[in-house]
Amino acid sequence: MDFRDTIDEAEFRAGLRRWLADTLPADWAQRPPTFGQQLEERRAWTRKLFEAGYAGLTWPNEYGGAGRPYSHQAIFLEEAGRVEAPEHIGVIGLGMAGPTIRIHGTEAQKKQHLSAILSGDTIFCQGFSEPGTGSDLASVSTRAELDGDSYVVNGQKVWSSWAHIADYCILLTRSDPAERGHRGMTYFLLDMRTPGVEVRPLRQITGDPEFNEIFLSDVRVPIEDVVDVPGNGWNVAMTTLLNERGTLGYALTSQLEGSLRRLVQTVKAVGAADDPVVRDTVASLYVELEGLRYTNFRSLTTLMKTGAPGPEGSVSKLCWSETNQRLTSFALELLGTEAQLDGDGSLWAGFWQFQQLRSRGNTIEAGTSEVLRNIIAERLVGLPRSR
Amino acid sequence: MDFAFSEEQEMLRTAARSWLKAQYPPDRAAGLADSEQGWDPQSWRELERLGWLDPDLSMLEYAVLAEEAGYALYPGPWWSTVGLAGPVLGRLPSTPTTLAWADSAAADLRSAAISTETTATDSGGTWTLSGTKLLVPDLAISESVLVVAAAEGGTGIWRLDVPTDAVLPVSTMDKTRRLAELRLDSAAAELIVEPGAAGNALATVRRRSVALLSCEAVGIAQWALDTSSTHAKERLQFGRPIGSYQGVSHQVADVYTSLQLSRSLAYRAAWAVDTGAEDVEEAVTVAAVAAGPCAVQACESAMQVLGGIGFTWDHPLHRFYKRAQWITGFDGTGQSRRAEIAAALLDP
Repeated sequence: MDFRDTIDEAEFRAGLRRWLADTLPADWAQRPPTFGQQLEERRAWTRKLFEAGYAGLTWPNEYGGAGRPYSHQAIFLEEAGRVEAPEHIGVIGLGMAGPTIRIHGTEAQKKQHLSAILSGDTIFCQGFSEPGTGSDLASVSTRAELDGDSYVVNGQKVWSSWAHIADYCILLTRSDPAERGHRGMTYFLLDMRTPGVEVRPLRQITGDPEFNEIFLSDVRVPIEDVVDVPGNGWNVAMTTLLNERGTLGYALTSQLEGSLRRLVQTVKAVGAADDPVVRDTVASLYVELEGLRYTNFRSLTTLMKTGAPGPEGSVSKLCWSETNQRLTSFALELLGTEAQLDGDGSLWAGFWQFQQLRSRGNTIEAGTSEVLRNIIAERLVGLPRSR
Repeated sequence: MDFAFSEEQEMLRTAARSWLKAQYPPDRAAGLADSEQGWDPQSWRELERLGWLDPDLSMLEYAVLAEEAGYALYPGPWWSTVGLAGPVLGRLPSTPTTLAWADSAAADLRSAAISTETTATDSGGTWTLSGTKLLVPDLAISESVLVVAAAEGGTGIWRLDVPTDAVLPVSTMDKTRRLAELRLDSAAAELIVEPGAAGNALATVRRRSVALLSCEAVGIAQWALDTSSTHAKERLQFGRPIGSYQGVSHQVADVYTSLQLSRSLAYRAAWAVDTGAEDVEEAVTVAAVAAGPCAVQACESAMQVLGGIGFTWDHPLHRFYKRAQWITGFDGTGQSRRAEIAAALLDP
C-alpha cells in the first residue's frame, strides 16, 4: 500500500501541470466556473488534448492512444479537475463506444473510429433507451431486419445525450423477434447521417437540449457496422455499461471536488462560515467526497491488476449521484431568496442553479439508483434476484 | 499508487480469521462477555504465538488484525495494548497494558494533556500519583497501566502495575470492552514520559488508537453485513427469500456501499499513520467520522433484516452493535470531529 506517486507517475503529473498552466488562458483561474454543454470550447480543447497526447491515455498507440497505465488516466482527471479544465467532447465515445469497439470490434471498426473519437472528429451518442425501454434494457423493440448485405432498422430511441451533434450512434436493436430476453439482439455503429435518421432535441429542466429523441425509419445499416456477431448485442451492451460505470468514478469525483471547493467559497461569500449547522454539513459532504476518492483509488488498483472494471463502479456512481444532489441543494439553500436568480445578478451567473437542477438527472442516467442497488445486492452481496 | 495490502499482510489476515473463527464463534464470545472476567487470559499466549504482538509489525499489519478482531468481536486487551499503551512506550509491551487519561476535568486525549486533576509528585527520585482516572478501557484485565498526570514541569505519563484494590469497574453497555475507574492515593509509579512531553505522546496515541478503531469498525460492519445477507438469502416469507424484496435488498446494498467507503478511509488512515503522512490528522478524523457510524448503521440494518431474533439477548448481534457504539463515542463525537474538519476547510 502506497498512495504516493511512483517516479513515473510524478513525472507525468509534473508534465501535465506544466501543460495545463501553459495551455489554459492566463486568467483561467479567475474566471467564474462554466457549466452546460460549452460545445465550441470543448471542441477546441479536445483538439488540444489530442495533439498533446492527453486524450485516450490508456488506449493503445496504434489507435491514437498513449498506451499509458490507468494510474495516469486517474492523475489526468485529478489535475484537470483541480484547475476546472474543459472536458473532452467525446463523453460517450471515450467511456462507452471506444472501450466496446476495442473489445468487440473488427479491425476495420477500430481503425475507423478509435482515433477519431480521441481527436473529437467523431462524436458518438447512445441509442439504448426507448419509450418503452428504460431500466429493462432487454425489452428493446427497435427492429433490425436483414435484407441482402444490410439491415433495415425501424424504431425510436430516447434520452440520447449528444445525438444532436453526434456523427455515430451505438445502437441496440432486436434482430430476432422470435427470441426473448437477452438473445436475438444486435448492436450497431450507426452513421447518424444515414437517410431515415431523424433527431429531435428534448429540453431538460435546465433548459439545455442535452438529450434527444432519435426516430429511425427504414434506416439501412451495412452488415460491416454490426459489432461482434448478430444476435450477441446483449453481451456487447453489457461491456458498454460496465465501462460506462467503471471509468466514470474518477471523472465524477474530480468534478465533485471542484463543487466542494465552490461550496466553501459560497459559504464564505454568503457569510455563513460561522454557522455551526452549515459547518457540520460541509464537513459531512467532505467526508463523503473523501470516501469516494479513496474508494476510487482502491478500484483503480483492482483495475490495474485485472485490466477490466468490475461491478464496484456501481458503488461509486450510486454514491456520487446522491452526494452531488445533497451538495448542490445545500449550496442553493445557502443563497436564500437569491437562489431564484439565475442570470447575471447571481453568484457565478447561475452556476448553482444549473448544477442543482442538473443533479436531479444523476440518479436516473447511467443506471438508475434503483437498478444500481439491485446490481449491488445481487452481484456484489449475492442476494437472490428480485425478478 | 497502490491501494492494496501485500501478500504477506493478506496471509496474516487469513491466519487471523481462521484462528478467530475456530476460537471465537459468536456463542463463545457471548459467553465470555457475560462471564466475570470478560475474556480468556490464555488467549494472550495464543496472540503471541500467532504474531499479533511481534515488535516488527507495522501499522498496516495492526490494521488488518484490528479489522479481524472486530469481525470476531475478540474480547481481550489487544487494542488497548497496541493502540493506547504501545505508542506511549514506543514499543509493544509484552503483557496486557492500558492507558488512563480521562478524569473529571478531561474527557478526551487532547484535554488530558492539560488537565491538572491527577498529580504526580517527585519525592527524592520516587514518583507517586494521586487522583481518580475515569473510563479506563480494559483496566481490570490489564497487568500494567500508564497514567497521565500533572507534575511541576507539566503533564507526563507514568507506569504502574495495576493495583487491584484501586480498580472500580463500572457497568457498561458493551461487556466485551469494559471500563473502570482507577483510584490512586500516593501510588508509587515509574516515569515514562517526562513532565511537559505528554502532549506529543497523546497525539500519537490518538492517531493510532482511532485509526485502529476505524479498522475494527470496518470488521464489525462486515460481520453485520454478512449476517444480514445470509439471513436474507435463507429466510423465506410469502414463498420467496426475503432478500429478493427490494425493501430488504436495497437496505443491504446501502450498507455495502457505505462499508466500501469506510473501508477505503480506514485503510488510508492506517497508511497515513504508518508513513507519518502530512495529512495524517485529517485522514484519521475523516475515517472516524465515516467508519464508526457505518458500523452502527450496519448493525441497525442487520437488526431490521433479522427481525425479532436479532433483537434478542441470545443473538450475538447486540454485542457487535454495542461495540460499534463504543467506537463511535471514543475520544470525541461525530459533531466534534466534523467541527475539526470544518475548521480545516473554512477557517483561515
